[in-house]
Amino acid sequence: MTIQQDEIEKIAELARIRIAPEEAAEATARIATILNLVDQLQAVDTHGVEPMANPLGAVQRLRPDTVTEADQREAFQAIAPAVENGLYLVPKVIE
Amino acid sequence: MHELSVAQLRQGLREQQFSSVELTRSYLDRIRALDGNYNSFVTVDQEGALAAAAVADARLAAGETGPLLGIPLAHKDIFCTHGVRTSCGSKMLDNFVPPYDATVAIRLREAGTVMLGKTNMDEFAMGSSNESSFYGPVRNPWHSEHVPGGSSGGSAAAVAARLVPLATGTDTGGSIRQPAAFCGITGLKPTYGRVSRLGMIAFASSLDQGGPMARSAEDCALLLNAMAGFDPLDSTSSELATEDYSAGLQQTLSGLRIGLPREYFGEGLDAATGERIHAALALLEQQGATLVDISLPHTALSIPTYYIIAPAEASTNLSRFDGVRYGYRCEEPRDLHDLYTRSRAEGFGDEVKRRILVGTYALSAGYYDAYYKKAQQVRRLIQADFLSAFKQVDIIAGPTTPGPAFKLGAKTSDPLAMYLEDVYTLAVNLAGLPGMSLPAGLVSGLPVGLQLIGQHFQEARLLNVGHQLQQVSDWHQQTPPAGARSAGDSFGFPPALSPAERAPTAEQAPTGGRAPTGGRAATAERAPTGDAP
Repeated sequence: MTIQQDEIEKIAELARIRIAPEEAAEATARIATILNLVDQLQAVDTHGVEPMANPLGAVQRLRPDTVTEADQREAFQAIAPAVENGLYLVPKVIE
Repeated sequence: MHELSVAQLRQGLREQQFSSVELTRSYLDRIRALDGNYNSFVTVDQEGALAAAAVADARLAAGETGPLLGIPLAHKDIFCTHGVRTSCGSKMLDNFVPPYDATVAIRLREAGTVMLGKTNMDEFAMGSSNESSFYGPVRNPWHSEHVPGGSSGGSAAAVAARLVPLATGTDTGGSIRQPAAFCGITGLKPTYGRVSRLGMIAFASSLDQGGPMARSAEDCALLLNAMAGFDPLDSTSSELATEDYSAGLQQTLSGLRIGLPREYFGEGLDAATGERIHAALALLEQQGATLVDISLPHTALSIPTYYIIAPAEASTNLSRFDGVRYGYRCEEPRDLHDLYTRSRAEGFGDEVKRRILVGTYALSAGYYDAYYKKAQQVRRLIQADFLSAFKQVDIIAGPTTPGPAFKLGAKTSDPLAMYLEDVYTLAVNLAGLPGMSLPAGLVSGLPVGLQLIGQHFQEARLLNVGHQLQQVSDWHQQTPPAGARSAGDSFGFPPALSPAERAPTAEQAPTGGRAPTGGRAATAERAPTGDAP
């Protein structure tokens, strides 16, 4: 599979990473090389092989649904780029 | 004093030959005097270290005797440390002062270790050379024009240069073992789930694992004892009981069956490196081990498998960096979309962005089955190779890397060449196994590493084999040229019990006074908002 520049632009939009128009061609070329490498896998016969998500075959551990954490809002917001009245500030979303 | 093992340092502290504050000052002095050559620290926390050392001295005076009490250590800058900036080698987190500690940081503080600072690393642990750090590359203490390996390059270089006796690292595809090999130290990646990942900034969550880096297997065992164990706050932490990793170090190697995978000794392995590995294996054979020819047929596929699974998981993990709650935010965003896309474009470096894009592609609609699911299936085949081999052998051994450290800049323009460096280490993470790198001598003045791979949760066996090798060899005691001389060793403690103190040879050029290049100032004082515990 050869990836095209418009696909990279679409992926970059999905990943919320701005790519300047002058960088797009080089980014496409580099990513195409990586995809070329990983395409080796297509030749492997994996019929009937169960995908492995955890190397120990572990499943998600659950805990009782109880409150265990204290409120640390001030500590967390102290490191935020912009807050006001306990709220995170971002540019206006709704006109 | 900086040549002493942890056990010797502990003895010196107990016998009051020096205090933890004196020991800490001595290492801080060395860092100040020498780290300009290496750039191995991103942050040196002098104030916090001296305070922690004073606490350790008080605990020692009260009769406490923990094996790490009062011993200095450095954390890779991927472990969150409350009140001390944790950058992960990225501009994205250059201003990030965590409001909490990683479980590993808590455990090691409770053990009485003294954190000197945070070590340099490839950005978000993505790299094999430490060249993708926002804070500039780390230089190999054995030769300043060579890389230290990565991503835990700062930890490896700091231990090798005797700037700290112990350091933490993390390993997603070789990031403890490869820099340990390149810098001539000992490093262990434990079984997946053995060491808590809480507060260890996530790269690829099904592969990431923290572990110890030190000069010897004996010291690694002491550090692992304090790091390992179940953590209810890490959903993939193993509930299996830990053991005393120091207890079995003296066990005999008689009867040990060591598998040598054909695929690790074939084309691509530097001939001189191969000779060093065979020389180390011969020592194990002399101690009663048997070498067995084995095959891990899917080895070559570990590279494409890893370079789908790791970027896919990274693209998910790194979606949290949005410029809203913490970390870098771009100047004057026009709207929310601009804030997201520009903060991420400006905050992440090239390799990180490349991997996020590859991962996003591999997970996107229409490609998931062809890439991510396919890679997870091949991952099972890779693990099956190991499980089958372990029916015939107890451990597996081979080179950690195809050759010694390459030159700075040699592979930065070719990501694929960089990826191929990890061909012997990636499969171990994919299979979730423990792996260790041990110094195996020098090639052209640069260290190479012997890799040992164990069965799940058999860290103790690897440490035992490593320790036995280090009883009959002195590769782990070889000192890089610039580290051979002391910055001010005035405590009169006897020199390390080295069977052969080696003088630097002519081919090991001194690292000179070249300043580190790149990003920002190499060391910073305590973070401004610091409210350290």
